[in-house]
Amino acid sequence: MKKLLRGLVAGVFAAGSIFAMATTASAEGERIVLISHAPDSDSWWNTIKNGLAMAGEHVGAEVEYRNPATGDIADMARIIEQTAASNPHGIITTLADPDVLSGPISNAVAKGIPVIIINSGTPEQAADVGALMYIGQPEYDAGLAAGQRAKRDGIGSFLCVNHVVSNPVVGERCRGFADGLGVELGDSMIDSGQDPAEIKNRVKAFLSANPDTEAVLTLGPTSADPTIEALKENGMAGNIYFGTFDLGTEIVKGIKDGTIQWGIDQQPFLQAYLPVVVLANYNRFGVLPGNNINSGPGFVTKDALAKVEEFAGEYR
Amino acid sequence: MSEAEAKDAAPQEEDRDERIREISPLRKALIRPELGSICGVILVFVFFLMIAGDSGMFSPEGIVNWTVVSAQFAIIAVGACLLMIAGEFDLSVGSMIGFSGIVIALMSVTYGFPMWVAIIVAFMIAMSIGWLNGFLVIRTGLPSFIVTLAFLYILRGLTIFLAIFTTNKTIIGGVRDAAEGDWLAAIFGGKIFKGLFVWLADLGLIGKFVAGNRAGEPVVDGIPMLIVWAIVLIIFGHVLLTRTRFGNWIFAAGGDAQAARYTGVPVNRVKIMMFMFTAFCATVFATCQVIEFGSAAADRGVLKEFEAIISVVIGGALLTGGYGSVVGAALGALIFGVVQQGLFFAGVESSLFRVFLGVILLLAVILNTYIRRSITGER
Repeated sequence: MKKLLRGLVAGVFAAGSIFAMATTASAEGERIVLISHAPDSDSWWNTIKNGLAMAGEHVGAEVEYRNPATGDIADMARIIEQTAASNPHGIITTLADPDVLSGPISNAVAKGIPVIIINSGTPEQAADVGALMYIGQPEYDAGLAAGQRAKRDGIGSFLCVNHVVSNPVVGERCRGFADGLGVELGDSMIDSGQDPAEIKNRVKAFLSANPDTEAVLTLGPTSADPTIEALKENGMAGNIYFGTFDLGTEIVKGIKDGTIQWGIDQQPFLQAYLPVVVLANYNRFGVLPGNNINSGPGFVTKDALAKVEEFAGEYR
Repeated sequence: MSEAEAKDAAPQEEDRDERIREISPLRKALIRPELGSICGVILVFVFFLMIAGDSGMFSPEGIVNWTVVSAQFAIIAVGACLLMIAGEFDLSVGSMIGFSGIVIALMSVTYGFPMWVAIIVAFMIAMSIGWLNGFLVIRTGLPSFIVTLAFLYILRGLTIFLAIFTTNKTIIGGVRDAAEGDWLAAIFGGKIFKGLFVWLADLGLIGKFVAGNRAGEPVVDGIPMLIVWAIVLIIFGHVLLTRTRFGNWIFAAGGDAQAARYTGVPVNRVKIMMFMFTAFCATVFATCQVIEFGSAAADRGVLKEFEAIISVVIGGALLTGGYGSVVGAALGALIFGVVQQGLFFAGVESSLFRVFLGVILLLAVILNTYIRRSITGER
């Protein structure tokens, strides 16, 4: 027992000092912290981490990634407060819920820390909290563009598979899509949950209960991958109009084999890479682009898939 | 417990009169459930002073940051602690936080009731669900683990359903406007000692904002009511447990419920009241959060039930009931908060930091159990 205890104590301190070393190794350059609202389980944010790390290398800045473990936005507010207390040279953050986050973010701005909003939020909200700029894809507009495209392709009804029903910003994509089609959202949006088997079965159940559904819209790889499986199983793959947000290995495969008509790429790599570059140059030379930057929407279709395929899930 | 321990200790000291039990002051201090967590607090602070001393963690705003997080844990840990000493668990705490928050936001923002009405109604609903939890545990004889696990899902589902059904959204904002000028909201969301902090800032002891509309104001402008609530609940819980007859009943109900019944302790009532108190604490948490952040969301409080239980266990309480202390649970909450926030300040890669957190928690609990076993001779 005593040995075990001693071992544990030694282990903790050893682990601690390794972490400490790892973080002070690149002490040269600015310290820039990116804070997201994503829970640990969300794989999409891996691209953000990769983009962040690469930008840090390229500009010679020390970068850190922070997120609330369960995706709780109130916990995220604490992380922002804490990051501000540690006086970094720049904060990159999402604005997933302005009610909760605008206070901590504008306090950080008031402390003199430059802040860039990425991904969630709007350019107006970013300006309200005093951020330098907004870099991302306006969600509603992206959904609207997708809906208009589907309408041109002759679609009149759809199923929206929402795996993050707790985040209203993501739901805006469904709302935008419905408005683009010119139909009521109504019961077309289902809360699919995060479990692949559940998602698959709910999609199958919805489609057998509503056989005249003309299109399926998924909001990310989490819901897209099981939906592809569902369509393959009930024989609708390739026959039903299928669009999705974000890219991933399975989605790219689906676009290639005709199961999916298009994927909307908001280019998360740019959402992480650009703000680091902007903040580093702002710190060093005081230069700043004069406008917000839209990283998306970009429609990815069967044409020009090679690059996308190569980097899906890593940098795309 | 003390009788058994006297017997265990006896064989080594046979030359003494076995009827007289001598306990040295040192030993007396060592058998307190808080001991492990006091050691833990010291260890954790030394550790973070070493690796994150200059990171802003111990600047005024850094201190407020981890104190607030610890206070959050403490609020739900006090309820969980008393319930665990009474021999039961509540796994619905996290869902209750989300549920109460949505109730407050729905009533005040969506249906336009005054904020104080919304808060009181939320407390009443939450405490009646706490009562129902307790009632079902007592009536069915099922483990509270199962009953409250059911409510973990029932409440979470209801929360999401209520929010979407009434507003078509899962985050209800605008609470800050609704709470403006409300007397009850100020008790949950305000800050105290504001003048003191302005004075400290004028002396240059704490920093000021340098830009924007708050330029010139101190970066820390008061003690959040959340911290006051945590302290009040800790004191209340501690006094209730150690200075009142009801406190003895709590220990008795968790130690050996049947024996307690024979001696006239109303075990069922004690347990049900503790379930209600846990729900009360969860609602305090939810109300402070909703007022502070100005919005309620259906996914608030996920996993908070385990964070409460972890704080209580670090604090030296037994999972089997009948043993523990509120002060220990509060120190457990402090350790948890400092470790969780401190690792951020130390710049630990965020995916590794939970590994580290887990190891520290494990270490704290093993240390606790080891100290207690070696001192009390309990197996």
